[in-house]
Amino acid sequence: MADRTLLRAAQLTLVAALGATLLVPVIWPLDQSAVDLAHVGLSPSPGHPGGTDDLGRDVLHRSIYGLRVSVLVGIVAALAASLLGGIVGGLAGLLGGWTDRVLMRLIDTLAALPHLLLGIFIVAMLRPSLGAVILSIGLTHWLSTARIVRSELLSLRTRPFIDAAIAGGASRRRVLTRHLLPHVLPKIALATTLMIPHAVWHETSLSFLGLGLPPHLASLGNMINDGQRSLLTGSWWASIVPGLLIIVVTLAIAALATRWRDRLDPRARAELDL
Amino acid sequence: MTLQAHAITAGYRGRQVLSEVSLSVEPGETVGLRGPSGCGKSTLVRVLALLHEPTTGHVSLDGTPVTGARHRVPPQIRTRIGLLFQSPRAASDPRLSLTDLIAEPLRATGHPRDTIETRVAELADRTGLTPDLLARQPHAVSDGQLQRACLARALAHRPAYLLCDEATTMLDASTQAHVAAVITEEQHHHNMGVLVVSHDPALLKRWTTRVEELI
Repeated sequence: MADRTLLRAAQLTLVAALGATLLVPVIWPLDQSAVDLAHVGLSPSPGHPGGTDDLGRDVLHRSIYGLRVSVLVGIVAALAASLLGGIVGGLAGLLGGWTDRVLMRLIDTLAALPHLLLGIFIVAMLRPSLGAVILSIGLTHWLSTARIVRSELLSLRTRPFIDAAIAGGASRRRVLTRHLLPHVLPKIALATTLMIPHAVWHETSLSFLGLGLPPHLASLGNMINDGQRSLLTGSWWASIVPGLLIIVVTLAIAALATRWRDRLDPRARAELDL
Repeated sequence: MTLQAHAITAGYRGRQVLSEVSLSVEPGETVGLRGPSGCGKSTLVRVLALLHEPTTGHVSLDGTPVTGARHRVPPQIRTRIGLLFQSPRAASDPRLSLTDLIAEPLRATGHPRDTIETRVAELADRTGLTPDLLARQPHAVSDGQLQRACLARALAHRPAYLLCDEATTMLDASTQAHVAAVITEEQHHHNMGVLVVSHDPALLKRWTTRVEELI
């Protein structure tokens, strides 16, 4: 019962958040560079439900715009990471032998490094931009997908139904497209969904550190970073509103993805990898 | 005209399972294969089915030696040998309906659609699968029903040889008899050679013309 209420809450949150991010440019477009010095540091009120920051900008409004960027980056980066992970895991699982061993050691090595550090290294080499952030996330988050795809393929490859397909005359390509991929793709889709919250957090962390998106753009990480200064003057809302938004939305995505995982594979229920 | 294993030595990752085993199956005859658990019966079947490459020795099909295994063997040769597994559950792709399961080998080798339809209907009829069952997926049918579908699939290419790896062990008596009857009928029609791996002396005695012992 509590489980279902939580799930419903997650669904509603996501619908509301995605609806807001999609509709806000139509209903209430934001001028990214506008400053309103007459309304600096206002606390939350009916006119500004999230208050205003130290440049008089509406915090809730900018947070919704920030969420747009974060979710977009999260989805694209998660897709990029899954593609890379799928290819590497696919090669390791299908070719086996030396290819598998080399790729797996590479993954172990990369996994041993803190991925935020690696991500920072990648963005630091590039100009701050949406592309750089996506690349930074994509290149650091593919490891788990690669492992999932590889282990799935290794266990599928030895199943008798693959033997039966080969004995029945199926070509390599047919075994791959008809018998292996259809079993692996749902797992990749699930891994991608579970990765979106991670990617959003990663983007926010990079922006918070000043390495993500250009500072004048409303992104959640930028806003939390800017809000730190206001925190000292007592305007807590400038950081808290974007912070809460990111926590609520990523938890909602994670809750739904976890639920989906449980349906797809009840054995995985015991593990929690939020 | 024989399916023959010549002095097969085979194993997995350095662990030797078979050493210098030879076996032949003539067209039309039914050979039994018996031996204790773990003696390599299934490995021998996999070698004969061209799914596992022996370390030494080779398989010859109607006098022609076969090199390699799995995809390195041309499909025209692979499909001359049918294979029926012990567990129908493990041997069927859980996503496919029974119709797709039976049609899969024919589709994989590019037969025209209408040929496949009539062939699947004929095979389903012979193995006693009703249209209602054919629409279901493996999880929605019993082991016996699924093994009938696997038999239909194994016979789809009218193989010259059929290898049954404990294929009736998990089945009830009536399904067992029916599976054996379908195989025997196919044997009469196409002079198919059959290898029956089993632990069951009664079954081997009733069904086979000679029994080979694997130690």
